[in-house]
Amino acid sequence: MEAEAAKYIGAGLAMLGMIGAGIGLGVMFGNYFQGALRNPTAAAQERPMLFLGMALTEALGIFALVIAFLILFS
Amino acid sequence: MADPMHQFQIQKVVELPTVNVFGLPIDLSITNSVAAMLLAATLVVVFYAAAARRAVVPGRLQTVGEMLYGLVDGLAESIIGHDGKKFLPFVFTLFAFVLFMNIQGMFLVFTATSQLAVTLTLGLMVILTVVGVGFAKNGLKFFKLFAPSGVPWPLYFLLVPIEILSFLIRPITLGLRLFGNMLGGHVVLKIFAGFVIALGGLGVLGWAGSLLALSSVIALTALEFMVAFLQAFVFAVLTCVYLNDVVHLDSH
Repeated sequence: MEAEAAKYIGAGLAMLGMIGAGIGLGVMFGNYFQGALRNPTAAAQERPMLFLGMALTEALGIFALVIAFLILFS
Repeated sequence: MADPMHQFQIQKVVELPTVNVFGLPIDLSITNSVAAMLLAATLVVVFYAAAARRAVVPGRLQTVGEMLYGLVDGLAESIIGHDGKKFLPFVFTLFAFVLFMNIQGMFLVFTATSQLAVTLTLGLMVILTVVGVGFAKNGLKFFKLFAPSGVPWPLYFLLVPIEILSFLIRPITLGLRLFGNMLGGHVVLKIFAGFVIALGGLGVLGWAGSLLALSSVIALTALEFMVAFLQAFVFAVLTCVYLNDVVHLDSH
């Protein structure tokens, strides 16, 4: 196999890490809405923690993206 | 299709001489990255000079300015607690700077926050402030941060290395998150914009796809404006959380 082709396949494989980030974000927002709909008065004060969780979950997906870019452009 | 990474290239706008500081050559040239940061900083100052009119009935500008300020104020208060007021200037400056760099990148050609050097510097600044505040407030008790109370002592052999590692990785994640979001968003925008032109040249059937790509560009632009705000907000939230760790070390 040519090195160029392997590079593109590797970049594609690196993006598989996004699956986990997607599942994590879905679980997190789903649970937030479940809690928020059951107790709407408590929803507003938990929103900063929601964004914090989102940021932490998303960071892992971003790592996969960065690795893919590193493989592609270095 | 045009190279979607071309927008992130650093170019020199104004050539300035290289100076030597303690043997380190430092290029003083103003690149497009520096220009974008200077513009963002100027915009923050101009915006808040115009917004802080202290009118009883606020105009549009003042409302937006007060809304952003109130947001970060409430954030610092709710996460750090009573001491939050002391750190508000730092957190709000970071928030406003990152927000204006992100927003400015949506309007003009270059986004300063899509450079890893810029975001890592910001992340490093936050973590150095956290370490500084931690030592100033707690002295050597600062190291209690790495040994949470209420666990059986054999667990410390496992827990302390993990805590140290997770502390050291904080500036990296802080910088990489902002960088990755801005880079990823702008690349996707340009790739879809490239689809519009590439599909448009394929005849009538291509025009339908072209129209689809165009509508996704519009939707993605709206999403990017949200991401630009959200990432600045997340940066401020995480700064507050990290500061809270060292301000309230006893409850850790």
